[in-house]
Parts: sequence; structure tokens; C-alpha cells
Amino acid sequence: MTELSLTAADFERVSVERKVQTIVRPSLSYWRDAWVRLATNRRALASLYIVIALLLFTVAGPWVWTVDPTAQDLAQLSTPPGADRRAQIVEPYAPWNGVFTTVTESLANTVGATAEIQLAQPASTQAVRLVWAPVLGASGYRVYRNVYDPAPDGAVGLPLAEIYDPRQVSYEDLLDLTPTRYWYSVIATDRNGREAEEYTTLAVDTIRVITAAEAQIRGLVDLETTLSLGDEVRVSFHPLGTDYLGRDMLARLMYGARVSLFIGIIAPFFFVLTGILYGSAAGFIGGRVDQVLMRFADFVVALPFLLFMILFKIAFGIGPGESGVVPMLVALVVLSWPATARLVRGQILQIREEAYIGASQLLGAKTHYLILRHMIPNTVGVVLVTLTFAVPTVIFVEAFLSFIGMGVAPPTPSWGSMCNEGIQTMLNHPHELILPATLISLTVLAFNLLGDGLRDALDARMRSRE
Amino acid sequence: MYAYTLKRLIQGVITVWFIATATFVAMHSVPGDPLLNERGVNEEIRRNLEERYGLDRPIFDQYLIYMANMAKGDFGISFTQQNRSVNDIIREHFPVSATLGVLAIVFAGLGGVLWGALTALYRNRLPDVIVMFLVILGISVPSFVIAALSQLALVGLNDLVGFSVLPVAGWGSILHMLIPSLVLGLGTMAFLTRLMRSSMLEIVSADFIRTAYSKGLPPTRVFIKHQLRNAILPVITVLGPAIAAITTGGFVVELVFAIPGLGRFFVQAVQQLDYTVIMGTTVFYGAFLVFMVIAVDLIYGLVDPRVRLE
Amino acid sequence: MPNTMPDVSNSLTRTASFQLVWLGIAATLGFALLMVLLSWASALTGSGSSTLSAIDAESGTLTLQLSTEPPQLDSTRATDSVSIMILGHVMEGLLRFDANNQLVPGVAERWEIREDGATFWLREDARWSDGLPVTAHDFSFAWHTALAPETASEYAFILYPLKNAEAINTGTLPSDALGVRAVNDRMLEVEFEQPLAYFEELVAFPTYNPIREDFYRNRDGRYGADVGDLLYNGPFEMTVWVHGAHLRLEKNTDYWDHERVRLNVIDIPYFTTDTTAALNLYKDGQIAIVDYLGAEQLDEVLQQRWELLRFGDGSVWFLAFNFDSGRVTSNWHLRKALQLVTDPSELVNRIIKLPGNLPGESLFPVWLQGIDGFFRQEYPAPQIALDADAAREHLRLAMEELGLDEPPSLALLVDDTPGAGRQAEYFQNLYGTQLGIDIRIDRQIFKQRLAKMQNQDFDIATYGWGPDFADPLTFGELFASWNPNNNGRFSNQEYDQSVRLAQSSLDPRIRMDAFGRQQEILSEEVALIPNYERGRVYIKDRRLQGVVRRAVGPDPDFTNAYIVETP
Repeated sequence: MTELSLTAADFERVSVERKVQTIVRPSLSYWRDAWVRLATNRRALASLYIVIALLLFTVAGPWVWTVDPTAQDLAQLSTPPGADRRAQIVEPYAPWNGVFTTVTESLANTVGATAEIQLAQPASTQAVRLVWAPVLGASGYRVYRNVYDPAPDGAVGLPLAEIYDPRQVSYEDLLDLTPTRYWYSVIATDRNGREAEEYTTLAVDTIRVITAAEAQIRGLVDLETTLSLGDEVRVSFHPLGTDYLGRDMLARLMYGARVSLFIGIIAPFFFVLTGILYGSAAGFIGGRVDQVLMRFADFVVALPFLLFMILFKIAFGIGPGESGVVPMLVALVVLSWPATARLVRGQILQIREEAYIGASQLLGAKTHYLILRHMIPNTVGVVLVTLTFAVPTVIFVEAFLSFIGMGVAPPTPSWGSMCNEGIQTMLNHPHELILPATLISLTVLAFNLLGDGLRDALDARMRSRE
Repeated sequence: MYAYTLKRLIQGVITVWFIATATFVAMHSVPGDPLLNERGVNEEIRRNLEERYGLDRPIFDQYLIYMANMAKGDFGISFTQQNRSVNDIIREHFPVSATLGVLAIVFAGLGGVLWGALTALYRNRLPDVIVMFLVILGISVPSFVIAALSQLALVGLNDLVGFSVLPVAGWGSILHMLIPSLVLGLGTMAFLTRLMRSSMLEIVSADFIRTAYSKGLPPTRVFIKHQLRNAILPVITVLGPAIAAITTGGFVVELVFAIPGLGRFFVQAVQQLDYTVIMGTTVFYGAFLVFMVIAVDLIYGLVDPRVRLE
Repeated sequence: MPNTMPDVSNSLTRTASFQLVWLGIAATLGFALLMVLLSWASALTGSGSSTLSAIDAESGTLTLQLSTEPPQLDSTRATDSVSIMILGHVMEGLLRFDANNQLVPGVAERWEIREDGATFWLREDARWSDGLPVTAHDFSFAWHTALAPETASEYAFILYPLKNAEAINTGTLPSDALGVRAVNDRMLEVEFEQPLAYFEELVAFPTYNPIREDFYRNRDGRYGADVGDLLYNGPFEMTVWVHGAHLRLEKNTDYWDHERVRLNVIDIPYFTTDTTAALNLYKDGQIAIVDYLGAEQLDEVLQQRWELLRFGDGSVWFLAFNFDSGRVTSNWHLRKALQLVTDPSELVNRIIKLPGNLPGESLFPVWLQGIDGFFRQEYPAPQIALDADAAREHLRLAMEELGLDEPPSLALLVDDTPGAGRQAEYFQNLYGTQLGIDIRIDRQIFKQRLAKMQNQDFDIATYGWGPDFADPLTFGELFASWNPNNNGRFSNQEYDQSVRLAQSSLDPRIRMDAFGRQQEILSEEVALIPNYERGRVYIKDRRLQGVVRRAVGPDPDFTNAYIVETP
């Protein structure tokens, strides 16, 4: 047994001023701390850059790129980015009566091939005029056009016209002409309307043309320049191509962002907020109030969305051609909150039973403090997920509603409606779908990154780790 | 427990009645007329039509008659499919939508939980990033495009193999179900993946997990039994309404894959203002949704002992 | 403690991943099992699907896709083109259309049309699918049923040329006053309300199809609702009808002219309005025909080197004006201004971009027959030359008359199809840039648009009209002041008189002159601005021959179709 030796000094009082530990970091409130961590989060920063870029694109874009998003150019329909822009100056379009012969022979039971086909004038995107020698005994002709050579298996392509008059030996093609090579086939028909076995094909290279007047209206050359026939000009520049009515994609994307970002951010924000408040109230109060509130939520979910959208539009008195963005926003908020409410309520029910809530209550915490300080921050993860997923959903709902005449009025573009239109030409002109879809993806990406960053920042349990 | 269930069911019936009433009022308030058609008809033919469908009576009488019939389980005769009852339409087409919906939701649920757990484990590392990008792509591309592209892929596959591996469209066999249900469940799966990931991350540093480790439980046991089981709760919460949403929202998939589901009838009914079909399908789906929510709440009580069913 | 976390989580990550992989495998198996269970359960509800490909020459089977299923097949109430197409295959009226779209004897062996009525002699060997003969009573019963007020048939008006038909339909005369009588089983006597030049055309319409009374009464209001609720007397009979999923037509061996029918089975296991899906099915060799294509699908078809065909569906599309005196569109100068800048050729060639569509020039389409040849060759449509300067002058006059300081703003009512949206935006831009008129596009879903049309709640509306029968009257009547489809309420006394004359006259020259005059009035008054005559482009398997497409009557028609082994 060791002997314990105590001296008088051991019984002296310890100085009160003596520091037991040093606080190395300044004290931070919960929200300050969260903000600091958000600001240093790489993902959150990335999302910030994307958001700034999108805002610049939307707000500053139209200042830089001053093309009118509603101006149609029917000579440049659905051109992809980087298409050849050279065009030749030609005379204005003049109607053509065609070429007719006199037919004296009676109709034959079988007919031969069309002799040669000729161009009545140089082929251009304005018109392709074909003339052929009459076929003996033909009752009429059929004109076909292909963008591939029909030679191998006789795939003559698009049935452009059926000519029932045997005297008519000409055809003027105006259908959606683009600068490319076309193969025209003219097939004679016999007295029973059957096509001849043999036929002739003519390959034609069309060139892009424009009239001098048009070139000046479109501002391709300044007004002083006098253009003569055959001069080469460049048609207007569309960096991201054009849509199905020849409108500039870049300008439309910039203007479309206004509607889509507005509705895509505001609507989810409000209905998620409503959902949080509603759900946490229901979850926290519990009992009969909870029952009634949640049954009302079930009721709202079950209402047929489209029907009530129409009602909202009427209630707001939106006439034709007027923008229905506000009723759409209200309707979206009024009809979409229950999902979030249900989710938040579930979380609150779970958290309510946690030990730290009880501890906090024992320490005298008020209800609003409990909800705001303990409960809502702990639901933030799931709430952010809902919020980020609501963004694209709302953008597409807007597009759908605009499509059936309940959203923004044409010609105002929006990303969602551009996607909807692009879907139809998905395989031929993919740029009309891919461009708006990419921008929507970028927005969603920014929200996901921001959501992740926020989640990490608001997570009180992660404080100690950094 | 039984008393609770019974109480919930009674509440459910009241909710459905409210849904029916609100829909009835909305339907009769929107402009348009179910009897109008592309071909205009003269006054007399119109009167005949009104009489046939009972639209010549005062609106409140119509409401009472409809409610009385509905209570008897009779939803009336369709306006567009003139000789078919709405009951027949629901009976024949709901099973199709339900089959598709159940498969989609199971796919979404299983996939969401697994991918969510995986991304939570590999948080901020490559697998997480890849899955996140796929998720973003999945929800930013309109479902119509995904459906159309997957159908195109099927055509390509069959062409490549030389015979029909999977049918391109149609309904009737097990092979017809696979791709449409995957396409239908994709969006929900993306949502559940992110939800699960978020929920997992919250659980991972919870007290009871630490306790479980301290007790010396093997990590895998902690993972499955404590972490996964607790993190799955929010997923179950959204599953109830999601089932209803998926079953009603299958319109695009049903259209692209030529599937005779109820979703097409529902959308068409609103456009055609087919009063009886709108009412029938809304009330039916409302009841379905309410039932699903009750089921989910009951499951909740079973999965999470902390939630008391009062 | 926090420092040890990464180690724990690393080992956890690894083991947990393995666990997840196992769970994943289990989940996949579970999913597969669920699929098997569900398919077994749904097989019990009996919706089978065909596994045959597009064409099976051996069994003479053809597989098709349709946009929707027929809503129901009660011929007294059928209104839509799908019902008419199916009815055309499973039913036969007194007359029918042949492969060259000519009217030929159907159940009627011969007939005689007089000024005051007609007589039909029925063939002896026309049979219902249960073996009983088709009699004159069946026609009489069907016509009485269609006109009975309680049937509430929307197409009852097509029977109005029968004596007292309208009065019976409106309930002012009893049903037995109808001017139709079955003299005996094989002779049907018809009385007309007034002389009628196109009764043969009408008789081919499905509302005139026969229905057998005892069978109809047995169905308890479900006649035509299902496969067992219909008796057939046409070239085919229906053997399977799983709603929304599957229709199957099989050759009717009881049909009197069954030797004409060369296909054994027409199988329709796909219903979708999505033409992309239809094209994919075709590409996969599942269906033999895609009955119409969109402009955006043509590139794909050209690349695949499939055979493209075209036909006109007979309909005419135009801008209709509101003539209500409170609307600015009631002003002639304003309408004239719009007419002078509208170029249907540009619309067809640049916006619609589908071959087969013809630039609209008149309400009367080019395919209508005139006196000897085509109506439009005998009575050419008035030509309107584009003239922007004259248009602006008319606009100025219009503004003066209306007391406006600036060009008016007009509401353009359109439906919710993608094509209509594009056309509306085209017109919006056209009238905006050429005349400074602000077009407000009013896009509405189906019934809402119809309600707006009916209530005259529009300035301009895009409108399409398809023929009920192959006579110019089906178009000419449209702008008669009493016509319920004249939604803009165009009203012109001379026009009305001309329509009355065309309705009651039997002389082709007088009638065609009347239609020619109507065509002129419509153009002078700018009652409408023609847009296009709709054409369809379609593809079909080269092994399938004899398919008939037509503007009036069942389309497409496979009753004359046959399969060739090598194209």
C-alpha cells in the first residue's frame, strides 16, 4: 500500500481564471455554419456557376444576340447548326403554266417509258420545273422524287403528283425544297391507270436561291448594294440552326428560358413550401387534426388535374392569346403540394419520437422552435430531392398545358414546348429536341448539385467532420 | 388496430364522396358539351340526345341520381362508347393498367432502394456521380422520348437478331410487359434513388447506428437491419401515391406501346368531356388512391415501431 | 471517434456492396417471378395477342394497326371513320363501293329510282351470319330505329330524304308514317320527301345498313357493343373483340359473294394513334400497312426504300369566319384583305410538307364529279392573285368602316393537334407581317373547341370538312344559313336559294350550275379562305395487293385485297 502524502499546498483553491480548454474556432450559429460550409462545397459552387451562366443566357443573352425569336424564315426550315449558307440571287418567283401537248392517239393498254426528262429552268430551292416528252397512249403521269438513287430496286420515293390529263407533260415541284440532290422519276400510266414497267429518272442538284428584294429585307446586304442575278450572298446566320418554321433556335432558347425557369423554379418553390408547412403541422399536431389534414391532401391528389386546370383558366378569365402563366402557377401550387406534405409529415412523425426532441422539450423549447430548429432541418434531405425533381416535371407540365392552349400563348417559346415540337422531328432534325432538352438537363443538374450541397451544409451531424 | 383500420375506411369513403362531388361540379362548370361532335346536329336531334343521357333534368337532380347510382356501384353508360357501361370499361382496362403499374412500381421501388443505397455508400465518388448523371438524364428527357427511343431500340434489336426477341408493341403475353413497365417505372426509380440516397445519409450518422456498432454487431448486419430498414421509410411514404400516379399516368406508355390500359380512356374522357367516364374513372382512382394510402400507413406502423397508429 | 469513421465506412462499403449485389440479384429474380405471376393472372382474363407477322400467305392472314377501336358498331349510331371502316367489312347495305369506287349492287340485286321514290329488289342469297336471309324488313327496321327519337342517332339527318323522316325524328309524327315499306321479304319500297338526285350515294352510308329486329331486341341496348352483340351480313365477320386490345375479322362464308373475298383473316392487335409506333411496328414486320404518315417520317421511309403511296382523303380544310355583326370579321374588306395575302401553296409546300395535299382553291374539292367529268374542270375555281398592296388598301377601308385606328386583333380558334399549332403560328406570322393584324391563337381541346365554334366565340377558325356522300351537295350545304355546321353563320339569300335548287333538282346541269354559282359566291363574299385538300401518304407491304383507299365510304378497304407470294 503506497502512502499518500499530502501537503498544505494541495489544499489551496484552484484559480478560477485558469483556462481548462481553448476554443480554437469562433462560435458559429447553426445557419452561419451551414452557410460557411455551403460556400466551400465544390458541388454547390459548380451549381452556382451553372445558375449564373443560365441567368446570363436568359437576361443578357438577348442583348448580345438580338435576333427576333418569332421571325419566320420559310427558306430555312429546320436547318441544323452549321449548314451551308450560300445562296444565289434569282428573279422573283413567277407562276408557270406548264407545258401541254395535243394528244391524238387513243389510250393504250400498256405504255412505255417516259423519254427524257428536262429541266425547264435551272433547279433551285424556289422551284424545280420538269418537262418530258409525251408517251404514246398514256392516260397520265405520276411524278416521284427521292433523295436516294432509285436505280438499285426502283424505290422512286415520294409520290409528288398524279397527273390525269395526258396532255400535261410538265410538273412544277415546290414541296419543301432544300439544296441537295433529288432524283425525279416520271412514270406514264396506261388506260387502266396502271403504271408503266419502265420509266426514266433524272438526277437534279438544287441550289439555294434568294431574290434580291428578299435579301435586302432580311438584311443580308446593305441597302446601297445593288444585286444582280447570279450574285452570291449568304443567308442569315443561325448558330444553333432553326426550327420547323425557320425561327432562330438560339433566340428562342434565350426567350424560352424566361418562361421555363420562371415557372420551373417558382412553382416548385411555392408548392414545396406549402407542403412543408402543411405536412409539418399535420405531423407535429397529430391526432384528429392530422387525420383531417391528410384526408384533405388525399382529396386534392385525386382530383383530375386537367379538368381543374381548365377551371382555373376560366376562373382567371384568360382569353385567347393571353398568357396563362399566372393561373397555371396558382393551379400548380394548389394541386401539387400534397406529395411533399405527405413526405414531410412522414418524416416529422418519425423525428417526433427521437430522443433529442424529448430532450429539447424538457429543456423548455417552444413548439415553433422545435419545428424550425429540429424538425424541418432534419427533413431537408428528402425535401430537396422533391424540389429538384419538381423542376423538370413542372417544365414539362407547362409545355403540355401550353400545347392544349392553357399555358403561354404562341409564339412565345418555352423550353418545354420546344421539346414537345422537337419530339416530332426527333429523328430527322435532332437539334430541335436536343438543344432545349440539354438546357433543361443543365437546370436540373444545377438544382441537384445545389440540393446535395445544401443537404451537406444543413446536416448538423456533419459539423464535426470538417 | 382493427378499430383504426375501420375508422380509416370510413374516412376513406367520405373522402371519395368529396372527390366525386368536386369532380361533378368541376365537370359541369367547364365550358364544352359532351354531346357536341364534329358534325353539328339540329335542335331536335340534340333534344333526343339530352333526353337519352338525362341531361335535360336540373343539375341537382342529375347529381342526386348519379350519386344514388354510384352508391349502387353503377357508373352509367359512356357518352363516346355509347353502348358500353363505364363499369365494363373499368373492369376490362384497369387490370391492364394495374399490371403495368405494379410491375413499374416494383421495378422502381427495388431499383430505387438498391441504387440509392449504393450511391449513399459511394457518396461523392465515381459510382455516385455516374448514377446522378443518369438520374438527371432520366428525368430531364420527356417520357415520350424515352418510350419512343426504347421502342426504336427494340426494333433495332429484333432486326439485329433476325427474329422477334421482344414485341415492339401490343399486349397479351409476358414479353409485352417487360419494356413498357421498365419505361413507366424509370422516372419514379430515379426519384426514389435520390430519395433513398438522401435518407441513407441521414441515417448513417444517427445515434442508433453508432450504438449498433458499439454493441459489436457485424457491419453488414448493421447495414441491412438498421440502416436500410430505417432509410426505406420515406420511400414507403411516397410509394402509395406513386402507385396511383403511375397507374393513372401511364398514358404516354400506353399510347406508344399500344397497350389497352385505363390511362388512355381517362385522358380521352377529359378531352371528350365524357361525363360518365370522367366520373367513373376519377371516383375509381380516388378510391384506389385512398385505399393505397391507408395500406401504406398500415405498413408504416408495421415497419416502424415508433409510429403509433391511434 | 470521428477519425475512425473512414476506416469503418470503407470496410462497410465493400461488404455492404456485396450485400447490395445479392439483394439486386434477388430483386431481379423477384421481379421476373412477379411478371410470370401477373401474366398468368392476366391470361385468365383472356386478352390474347397474335404472334403472326404482318402477312401470312399460307393462312391468308393480314395483321393491321388502327388508331383506335370502334367506339361501338351499332350502325344507327356510328359516326366515326373507324366504325365506318369496320362496318364496311362486316356489314353490307343495299349498295356498296367496288374496287374502283363505283357503286355496285350489294344486298339489292337491282333497283329503280323515281322522282317520288325508289324500289329495291333484294337478292335471294344474302344471309346473316346465323344463316337466316337478309330481308326488306331488316332495312325497314333499321331505318325506323335510326329515326326513333329515343335512339338519339346523330346521323339521323342522313335519312331525312325519306318521307316524313324529319317529323318522326323530332317526335311530331308516329314512327309508322315513315316512307319506307317492306312489300315482301325481297322488295323494299321507298317514298321521298322531295325529288332526290343522289339517293344511291346515300344508301351506301352505314346508317342505311340492315339490322334484324329480333336480334336487336334481344340485346337489351347492347347491340353492337361486343363481338356477340352483332349479326353480320358482310364479307367478313368479327370473331374476337377484346376492347382496346384486339379485333379479329374472319371471312364470312355465308356472305353471298364470298368468292370475291380472298383474305381469310384480318387481325388487328394494335390500337394506337401514335404514328411513330405504327412505323416501328411496320419496320419490325408486324403490320402490313401504315395508313397514314407524318411529314417527319418520310425521311425514314425513303431511307428504308419502302414503297410510298398516296391518296386524297376527300376532306377540305379552310379558315372559317365569324359573321356575327358584333365581330370585325363580318366586314367584307377585312376578309378580302386576309384573302389577298393568303398563299395556300406556301402553306402546303412549306408548312404541311406532305405530298398529296393540294393547295386549297375552293370549298369544292377536285375529286367531285360534275356533269361529264370532274366538277372543278367544268367549273374552275375563281383565281385569287396574291396582292399585298391591294390587301393593305382593303384593310384601310375596313378600318375606316369599322372606325378603328389600328389594325384589329383577331382570335384564331384551332384544335390541339401538332399540325394545327404550326399552321396557326404560320398564319399569325403571315397576317402580322403582311397586314399588321395581331392574331391571338386560341388553342382548345376537342369539346371546348366545338363549344366555342357552336357559341360563335371566335373570329377565325380552322375547319375541316369531310364528305358524307360523293355529291357536291355535301360541301355546298355547309354554308347554307340553316346548316348547324355553318358555325360562323354565313348567310346569303342567293346562296341559300342555290342550295335549295341543288337539293331538289334532278337535272345534273341545273344542279352543277348551282354549285358553280355557290363556288363563286363563296369566293366573292370571302365566306372562307381555302387552305388545302388533305392528302395522305401511306406505306404498305409489297405482297399485299388490292387495297382500296377512298374519300367516301369505308377506308381503307381490304375486301378486295389479296396476298401475292413474290411482289
